[in-house]
Amino acid sequence: MSLAEPLVKVENLTKHFPIMRGILIQRKVGAVQAVDDVSFAIAQGETLGLVGESGCGKTTAGRTLLALYPATAGLVTIDGHNVHQAKGRELLAVRRKAQIIFQDPFASLNPRWTVGTIVGEPIKVHKLTKSSKERSARVKELMELVGLNARLINRFPHEFSGGQRQRIGVARALASEPKFIVCDEPISALDVSIQAQVVNLLEDLQDRLGLTYLFIAHDLSMVRHICDRVAVMYLGVIVELAERNELYENPLNPYTQSLLSAVPIPDPKKDRARQRTILTGDVPSPINPPSGCRFHPRCPVAIPLCSEARPEWRDMGGNHWVACHRA
Amino acid sequence: MDRPTLLEVNDLKTRFHTAEGTIYAVNGISYILKEGETLAVVGESGCGKSVSVQSLLGLIPIPPGEIASGSAVYQDRDLLKMAEPELEKVRGKEIAMIFQDPMTSLNPVLTIGKQITESLEKHMKMNHDEAVRRAVELLEWVGLPDPARRLGDYPHQFSGGMRQRVMIAMALACGPTILIADEPTTALDVTIQAQIVELVKRLRQEVGMAMIWITHDLGVVAGLADRVIVMYAGFIVEEADVESLYEDPRHPYTLALLAALPRVDRRRHQRLMSIPGAPPNLLVAPHGCPFAPRCERVIERCQAENPSLEAVAPRHRIACWVDVQTGGPR
Repeated sequence: MSLAEPLVKVENLTKHFPIMRGILIQRKVGAVQAVDDVSFAIAQGETLGLVGESGCGKTTAGRTLLALYPATAGLVTIDGHNVHQAKGRELLAVRRKAQIIFQDPFASLNPRWTVGTIVGEPIKVHKLTKSSKERSARVKELMELVGLNARLINRFPHEFSGGQRQRIGVARALASEPKFIVCDEPISALDVSIQAQVVNLLEDLQDRLGLTYLFIAHDLSMVRHICDRVAVMYLGVIVELAERNELYENPLNPYTQSLLSAVPIPDPKKDRARQRTILTGDVPSPINPPSGCRFHPRCPVAIPLCSEARPEWRDMGGNHWVACHRA
Repeated sequence: MDRPTLLEVNDLKTRFHTAEGTIYAVNGISYILKEGETLAVVGESGCGKSVSVQSLLGLIPIPPGEIASGSAVYQDRDLLKMAEPELEKVRGKEIAMIFQDPMTSLNPVLTIGKQITESLEKHMKMNHDEAVRRAVELLEWVGLPDPARRLGDYPHQFSGGMRQRVMIAMALACGPTILIADEPTTALDVTIQAQIVELVKRLRQEVGMAMIWITHDLGVVAGLADRVIVMYAGFIVEEADVESLYEDPRHPYTLALLAALPRVDRRRHQRLMSIPGAPPNLLVAPHGCPFAPRCERVIERCQAENPSLEAVAPRHRIACWVDVQTGGPR
């Protein structure tokens, strides 16, 4: 990581969704603590991976840091802008600089719009071209950039395959010439042979355009491939963050260890030979998360302290951060 | 492993006649399942892997479906020629199935107790009390906490992993000889997937049943299967023992799939190999090798003739004109 000011800075970001009861007089009876006191930074040109199981809050974290959801608490700075305070022109500038690619290429594209309209929309909103002719030329350029035939500009999303739709989603995200893109599980809806195409495309675009990514995923193998640093989330909190090879070869948090040991390896001998920690039980509800360390009820090495005190977020050296009493 | 044959499928062809034309879903596949063996069927979406086993159990709606040819001999009887009442006795009892999404395959308005005891009463001729006792045993066996109390719960009251355990308990209720699992862990998180895979391995050993495990995930297969079939566009393109398939893949499609997988246990060396294009349109009758348009080792013959499945080594068959080691014709 360079010493320069990071492009994206997230400090103590918290997002609670209130649970309301009552018909006429609504009162708050609890909260889904989706993201709780999460902090990290992403340098210019870097890819940070955010991994965890479903319901751990990784998608909510990605959306809250783009102010697609208002934050309950915390500060997010993207390229010098305070995202949650930004209004009017400044908000427009933030939207231009920070974009998102969604998981489901079927649900995230308007079925009644052509590719030209979908990809052209950000160009129109941000007034990036002078005429509609210029805009359509720019859309074609973007389509070629992501590997789509520009002649298909007047087609509708349903005429494309899953992989091609995800390319449309990438082109749309690139249309406003962003610096930072949140990739929210961009490949998990795709077949294996198509996943590699989209991942390679994202890597090429990063090299060519100097993009910065937050790559949200549950596929730990793909995250190891694409990310520079990786953050592991469990029930709304980040439990470990380290440089890629350090995290995969020397995981310190017992949750990271068991998560990694659960990933199947496509090699029969290796897969049969290795020691596995199989976690028992399911992820608890984020409405009433366990006290102390949120992982303690499932943790194989928990001690009494783990249920009493929340572990501190500590640097174990070499920028390897972990929140665990036992590390 | 020389075990007796349990199921022999020969030249199975399944088609669907739709308004847009005929979909060639399964195009003449043959394989053998031996007693106690775990056979994995691997392929991408739309390759015919699910249809190929649904055809065996009469789960294909006819019409629009049609089993155009083939036989599936199980204990000297052809499953494809059985009348529905006869097939009903086999299905669920001797050959059981679990599905990808336990939420849609469990009945949401019946308690799980009701759903398990129903098949016990029907197939095993148990009375209600016996069936309830057996259901509790089964649920305990698959690792469901507090089974006696949970018999009265509905499917939505369980988590995804627990629902899959209930499905497995139901499938094993009548002591099947074959368990067919159609992407049973695809909808689950990786830690829960590991729990289910471990459970299935334990049960397989305790019951001694054979399994057909359908998946798109080459990772899960490596630790679980004895033999692997790789399917593409309704054809079997490679079949081998699990070790040889991963160590010595001979079909360009298998090679490409393995190269497209990032590995959690390895440092990154290069960019991922991607397979250009997309899987073929099954509305067109296959002409030539179906993988030829995406294959980087393609030769002239591939365009004209579809290769049949032939042995290249003991217990290792591929359908390809090319020798992947030399790059020339085989």
